[in-house]
Amino acid sequence: MWPVTDAAIETSGLTKLFGHQRAVDALDLSVPRGSVFGFLGPNGSGKTTTIRMLLGLAAASSGGIRMLGEPMPTAIASVLPRVGALVEGPAIYPFLSGRANLLRLDAADRHASSRTRRARIDAALERVGLSHAADKKAHAYSLGMKQRLGIANALLRPRELLILDEPSNGLDPQGTREVRALIRSLADDGTTVFVSSHLLSEIEQLCSHVAVMSAGRLVAQGTLDELRRGEQRIEVRTPDAAAARRVLQQLRLVVDAGSESGTVSATLVDGVLPEHVTAALVAAGVRVRGLALAGAGDQGNWLEERFVALTGEGFDVAG
Amino acid sequence: MSRDEPGSRPLALLGSELGTLFRRRRTIAMLAALALVPILIAVAVRVTSAGDAGRGPAFIGDITQNGLFVAFTALTVSIPLFLPLMVGVVAGDTIAGEANLGTLRYLLIAPAGRLRLLLIKYAAAGIFAIAAVLVIVLVGIAIGAALFPIGPVALLSGDTIGAGEFALRALLLVGYVSLSLLGLTAIGLFISTLTTVPVGAMAATIVLAAASQIADALPQLSAVHPWLFTHLWLGFADLLRNPIGWDSYGQNALLQLGYIVVFGALAAGRFTTKDILS
Ligand SMILES: Nc1ncnc2c1ncn2[C@@H]1O[C@H](COP(=O)(O)OP(=O)(O)OP(=O)(O)O)[C@@H](O)[C@H]1O
Ligand SMILES: [Mg+2]
Repeated sequence: MWPVTDAAIETSGLTKLFGHQRAVDALDLSVPRGSVFGFLGPNGSGKTTTIRMLLGLAAASSGGIRMLGEPMPTAIASVLPRVGALVEGPAIYPFLSGRANLLRLDAADRHASSRTRRARIDAALERVGLSHAADKKAHAYSLGMKQRLGIANALLRPRELLILDEPSNGLDPQGTREVRALIRSLADDGTTVFVSSHLLSEIEQLCSHVAVMSAGRLVAQGTLDELRRGEQRIEVRTPDAAAARRVLQQLRLVVDAGSESGTVSATLVDGVLPEHVTAALVAAGVRVRGLALAGAGDQGNWLEERFVALTGEGFDVAG
Repeated sequence: MSRDEPGSRPLALLGSELGTLFRRRRTIAMLAALALVPILIAVAVRVTSAGDAGRGPAFIGDITQNGLFVAFTALTVSIPLFLPLMVGVVAGDTIAGEANLGTLRYLLIAPAGRLRLLLIKYAAAGIFAIAAVLVIVLVGIAIGAALFPIGPVALLSGDTIGAGEFALRALLLVGYVSLSLLGLTAIGLFISTLTTVPVGAMAATIVLAAASQIADALPQLSAVHPWLFTHLWLGFADLLRNPIGWDSYGQNALLQLGYIVVFGALAAGRFTTKDILS
């Protein structure tokens, strides 16, 4: 039933219904081991709901999950100790100090060693820059300090997989940079990192792979390069604009409506390379006077453009 | 695959739970309030010397003769309202409190294990109930000894017992009243799995304890009386006779066990299948 792949996370047809709403709809996710995987999508598109199902917090309405090679939630007891996670922001005991918060959550992991507990907690606090505030009551923490505490919790033990839901939320620029550096160093050590974020520039800097959600459905998935190539545009200069337009449409390309006379431009799709376009144009007798490729990937904010193209311009969240 | 690290202690979470519970200001305040009950009684009796055997709570008339009765009096007056109130707060908070803070999701992905977490939560709430009863009895004995003469205790059956025997009876009483509260604790645990609003779970638990006692007082409902978890709450008089009557102890144990099993199973059924969305 499951393809034999070396995926850290693999879902098939994963679906979650809230009443009649399909918060997550037939999701086929494949997160390769060792990747830094960006999980994108507008507000309410189902990212956190997906993460809850991955971690066994919520049951899937249908579909299956494999994490670190084992079925979830069946193998929850052996999988979760190898996974560190931040879900929908940090949660704290306000009446405990930052350190006591971590002591409690580490004690909840029955397999974690009590002997090394304090040392591991100190190391995690150090990693997120909270050492000096460790003994302050957590209700006195700022938003970013709570966020750092949440990340420290995910790092209490060496993990094979980190699932981070908007880790940079509320962090100052230094904190954001630190988190980026942290994720890179963890990835260098071989940890798979699954990170959801709205900071597209951060995703672009960090991630090897991305998936994009929209209203519960997966609308794109692949390496960052694949996504970038997906946004490559082709521009044909020709006196036979109408014929060129027809040819491009036959190749299933989306031709820009507002092309100026004398040029026809379109967005390339997967599997249609520039040489295919040239050959087709020539075969149809279109006089090609110039052919230019504009990778949207060359633009500074290509990921944002691509994201909006995939998920729509609308500002209103999907109900 | 088991990934026990050397030095892992499976009971560490229970220790953490107890530490968190008993270091909380709310818990300390509740125990302090319970400690005030025997103090208030002892001071009131001492100041007014009004140990009128005809009126007032059971045992209060005996206090001026023997300070040890402060503990019994305080326990008797705390059983209908004060103790269920405190137990309701702690039991109602068990799961709903964590859900409300959002820490429940982090405990579960640690992973604590849902059933294990539920058992630990119940154990800690039960230990709180025992501690609450102990506080009343110990403070009662202390303040009674401080303000009144103490000596051999006259039992309800007329015999008198010495200090050692009294300690045993007091311990049996603590056991009886704690046991009485364990059924309510299980009810509170179950209600706590139903909501993410701890105050709601606390209130519902306390209301049930009150409703059960009201039902127990209505003769029209006598058919259900033996099944009410509060029915034997005050039935510990047999422990203060010679020889000790174990009947009500056994019945109460059975009754409470029934509630623990039923509501424990309901709580487990609910909590192990529940979506944690907070
Ligand atoms: N407990 C719940 N009950 C009902 N519907 C819910 C619940 N939690 C989430 N939803 C719905 O599921 C959909 C997906 O929500 P989700 O939290 O997964 O979005 P998200 O992608 O994480 O958004 P964001 O970027 O804002 O964090 C939303 O439409 C939301 O209203
Ligand atoms: Mg979210």
